[in-house]
Amino acid sequence: MSPTATSVLVVVGVLFGLFTIASGLIWVERRLLALWQDRYGPNRVGPFGLLQVVADMIKILSKEDWIPPFADKPVFVIAPAILMVVTLLSFAVIPFTPLIQVVDLNIGLLFFLGMSSLSVYSVALAGWSSNNKYALLGSMRAVGQMLSYEVFMGLSLMGVVALAGSFGLREIVEAQKTLWFCVPQCLALVVFFIGGLAETRRIPFDLPEAENELVAGYHVEYSGMKFAMFFLSEYIGITLISALTVTLFFGGWLGPWLPPLVWFLLKTFILIGLFILIRAALPRPRYDQLMSFGWKLMLPLVLLNLLATGGWLLAMR
Amino acid sequence: MNTVFYVSSAVAVVATLMAISRLNAVHALLYLIVSLLAAAVVLFGLGAPFVAALEVIIYAGAIMVLFVFVVMLLNLGPPAAELERRLLTPSAWIGPSLLALILLLELIPVFAASSGSVGGSAVMDASKIGVALFGPYVLAVELSSLLLLAGLVGAYHLGRRTLEEQG
Repeated sequence: MSPTATSVLVVVGVLFGLFTIASGLIWVERRLLALWQDRYGPNRVGPFGLLQVVADMIKILSKEDWIPPFADKPVFVIAPAILMVVTLLSFAVIPFTPLIQVVDLNIGLLFFLGMSSLSVYSVALAGWSSNNKYALLGSMRAVGQMLSYEVFMGLSLMGVVALAGSFGLREIVEAQKTLWFCVPQCLALVVFFIGGLAETRRIPFDLPEAENELVAGYHVEYSGMKFAMFFLSEYIGITLISALTVTLFFGGWLGPWLPPLVWFLLKTFILIGLFILIRAALPRPRYDQLMSFGWKLMLPLVLLNLLATGGWLLAMR
Repeated sequence: MNTVFYVSSAVAVVATLMAISRLNAVHALLYLIVSLLAAAVVLFGLGAPFVAALEVIIYAGAIMVLFVFVVMLLNLGPPAAELERRLLTPSAWIGPSLLALILLLELIPVFAASSGSVGGSAVMDASKIGVALFGPYVLAVELSSLLLLAGLVGAYHLGRRTLEEQG
């Protein structure tokens, strides 16, 4: 097969896999939440309620795609698309196996950080263009939260980069052949995962869409397919953070006996399960608690981690 | 590489023009963000991927977000657009535009004289930039970090609460 055909196949395969996983996660999350909260969850449509996803899709696709007359129309339309595009683009640099990777950028990690910082715009613009006070309040919270937690997320990754000696994700995975980075970089792993929770705006960091105070936050005016794009982007975002955590801290595709792709998916799904377990277990903090937790605990921790990593590398040289 | 350079440069120029001429502040900011992203593509094409990534992360991803945030908070409505419309009269922009046009025309012979290729000669990766920053340019790095520290202390001072506010 020619190289062009192979890369087209990889791109299409990754996109297809992602959309399948993301829409499947809607059902997985509801079933798992129900299990942990001692309920049944969706179990009526098809075997184990598996066809619930199809039912949801039919409902959302046939719904009226309404744009409020008071909204800023072009910005309102473009906001959910930005989130979808940048979240999907981040997957371009993730090495699923030694053979399956869309592009092996030497600045792969920085590319991910750039894309995740661009996703802030989607939330900010959605809230602003809706011309609704709840939406505006939600997106103000989201911007503050995402900008702050991006700082710790970026800094926590620098320890990994220092150990691997590269920004390229493939080199980072190959540097973990002897020891996964979750051992020497355990502090960074915790900070990165919490930062990832905040970036995807999941419980306990879902203050931007806190239902009991802001109705639905920044996407309160969205319905139909545009709402579905926000909704799906959340699940793609969860998959992204899990896949990236696996790549950076849990040795990516590395593992004995099983083929690389199976290892990668297995590790990713365990982390996705952790995301859902956290949602089932934790309450939502106050906004000032969120901010002081970030700046007064996470920032010193991650700087300490960076200092220790740097010192260790210097001593080992 | 030349095509990438010219296309993204054209996008940057058009987006910047739109950023200046839009009446709605948020729309203008969006065009400015597009312009920054186009500049990042230009840098990437010139063989500076690290700087391109930083351009996206810091300029497009952090600084411009704060601009958007402030404009959101002010929530400028139709009156602001009306004010902008009155400010942007032809007499205000024709003079500077003519002067800028002269500069642009001067650039054409310069471009014509050069080889015409814009592709970067060597790729500047992260480690090369790090070595340069902490080698010959270490004084500049230290000075700018002092400047940032001063800014941080200043912001803390302005943002702190006095005793009676807390009480």
